[in-house]
Amino acid sequence: MSVLTGIFDNKGCPLDKQTFSWQQIASHPISKLDDDAFTRVRVILMAGIEQDALRLKHFGSRFHKELQLPLAQIRRVEQHQMTAINWLLSADHSPLETTIAFEQVAIEVTAAVAQTEPDPYQAQTYRFGLLEDFDHLYRYSAMLDRLEGKDSNNILQGYTDIVPGRPTSEHHRAPADDLRENYQKADAALVTKLHAAMITAAEFQTHDYYMIIGPTFSDPVARQLYAEIASVEEQHVTQYGSLMDPSESFIEKWLIHEAMEVYAYASCAEQEDNPRIKALWEQFLDYELGHLDVACQLFKKLERRDPAEILAGTVPQMVEFKSQRDFVRKVLSEEKDLRTSGSEYVAKEQESEASLQYRKQMNDPVVPSNIASAGYQWQPGTEQAKSTGGNSR
Amino acid sequence: MSASAKMGHNKTGAQMSPEEIKQQLEANELFPPDIPGDATAIAEARKQTISAADPIGTVPVPGSVKGMVKTSFEKMMGKNPEILIDKMAERLAFERTGVRLYDAMLAKIAALGNIPGPTDVEPVIQQFRDEEHQHFLLLVAAMEKLGADPTAQTPCADLAGVTAQGLMKVITDPRTNLAQSMNALLIAEAADNVGWELLVGLAKEAGHDHMADDFSAALAEENQHMATIKEFMKHAAVAELL
Repeated sequence: MSVLTGIFDNKGCPLDKQTFSWQQIASHPISKLDDDAFTRVRVILMAGIEQDALRLKHFGSRFHKELQLPLAQIRRVEQHQMTAINWLLSADHSPLETTIAFEQVAIEVTAAVAQTEPDPYQAQTYRFGLLEDFDHLYRYSAMLDRLEGKDSNNILQGYTDIVPGRPTSEHHRAPADDLRENYQKADAALVTKLHAAMITAAEFQTHDYYMIIGPTFSDPVARQLYAEIASVEEQHVTQYGSLMDPSESFIEKWLIHEAMEVYAYASCAEQEDNPRIKALWEQFLDYELGHLDVACQLFKKLERRDPAEILAGTVPQMVEFKSQRDFVRKVLSEEKDLRTSGSEYVAKEQESEASLQYRKQMNDPVVPSNIASAGYQWQPGTEQAKSTGGNSR
Repeated sequence: MSASAKMGHNKTGAQMSPEEIKQQLEANELFPPDIPGDATAIAEARKQTISAADPIGTVPVPGSVKGMVKTSFEKMMGKNPEILIDKMAERLAFERTGVRLYDAMLAKIAALGNIPGPTDVEPVIQQFRDEEHQHFLLLVAAMEKLGADPTAQTPCADLAGVTAQGLMKVITDPRTNLAQSMNALLIAEAADNVGWELLVGLAKEAGHDHMADDFSAALAEENQHMATIKEFMKHAAVAELL
């Protein structure tokens, strides 16, 4: 068990000492070929978390005049943290290759979180979403192979299986069937709150990325595939976002977010094997502690409450960045046919009528994910390495 | 940036993770494809979309002939003048991008030094860069002579930009070496070469003999560009090998 309270006692780097230069934030990228896939996983995850840190603070600013200046000051730093991280992705990643990496993040990080989440309902939700991102990886791998002639395993490096999950064509649900029960802030474990904030942030970034790069493709099937999966990612943001307790005040949510950032950077720093990137995670961990300190001070001043109310507690362990193959396969075997009815997980036959109707309408006349992946079976070196080249004609 | 590719810890291939690959292939057996068919499903979808697609855009009507009756228009411009205008605009766009590719190559040479061989590379690249610029100006003048707008982006000009995107990314990437960058430049020059050849033929067909002569002179220079860049690339690759 890791005691985060110990970490939180450190006030970190003061905000006014958190400086950058353009040269620093747009510096050397990682190597797509030589760096470990989990270095890229961490890069994508942390960029998504910083992006969500900006998002949350912007919304907070719209509701709280008295917080606008401190939020703007922290956002300035977070903008540059996100840049420094996001710019680590090298230009030789095609957008579709980056997409493969995004799905690897969604699979491996969600699987890690699902196993350490103490609340059974929340853990079920992570397993449910996991099987959908797992399927997206398979459909996008087929697209990468059949559009660019590339092997998605060049990105995945053997850590993640490339097979069908719950079919993407069946992810399309009515909004009422995407909303979940939220944790109760007074009872929930700290790590439950951190998990919900983290996975929501990651999915938000994935959604936004697909929405931006989708129209940059000329191939009609790729354009449709991004349209289809971006819609599911929006559902995922809805799903994971609803796990959080809406009765938390904005500053409570802000505290949780900062604590989550600390937790995530500490996890990255602990496991990073690229020394240059490890140093960056350590530096930003120190910065996040500074942000958390500002949030704690404002929480005390404005809500007249002790931040320990929110931050006390332990976490099972740091987020584990490693292949979760066995866990994912087990979930796939046991839960592929789960569906939802309202906020409940039900058997396929009990899926809500509203979702069935919605799906029927969206999937007519074509399902892009089916077209892209018809008969697709991954092979080392692409399906062209098979004698038929993936084409029976 | 290293001068040449070295042996190292490239993690992308199947040989780097034999155990993991075994497991991935095992997953193929456990969880086979769930949608019948093959890659021809994409081809069929493409076919249907192509049939229903709109064009990328149009060639603007030359300013000087707006309002002219069709017969006078054809007398002055030749039949279907938009074809010639579109191809001229394509070359113009490609030459303009070509100048920027050479600019990026000059920076690379300044950083990494000369390519071993009989020629000093830098002044030649500078000369080619200037010639690409001259070709651009030649096309501006030729288009103006036809009354066409050399600042407009025609469909083929637009696609020239799309085509060159990858080349620009390779040459401007600080991590690429001279041989890798020359390879990209050679692709540009090969396309340029064939493009000018086509343009000379089209100008002749349309009855613009003076223009065809000017274009032939540019083609002669482009021939030299391609042959020289090919040599540079060879020298750079051999230098890496030795």
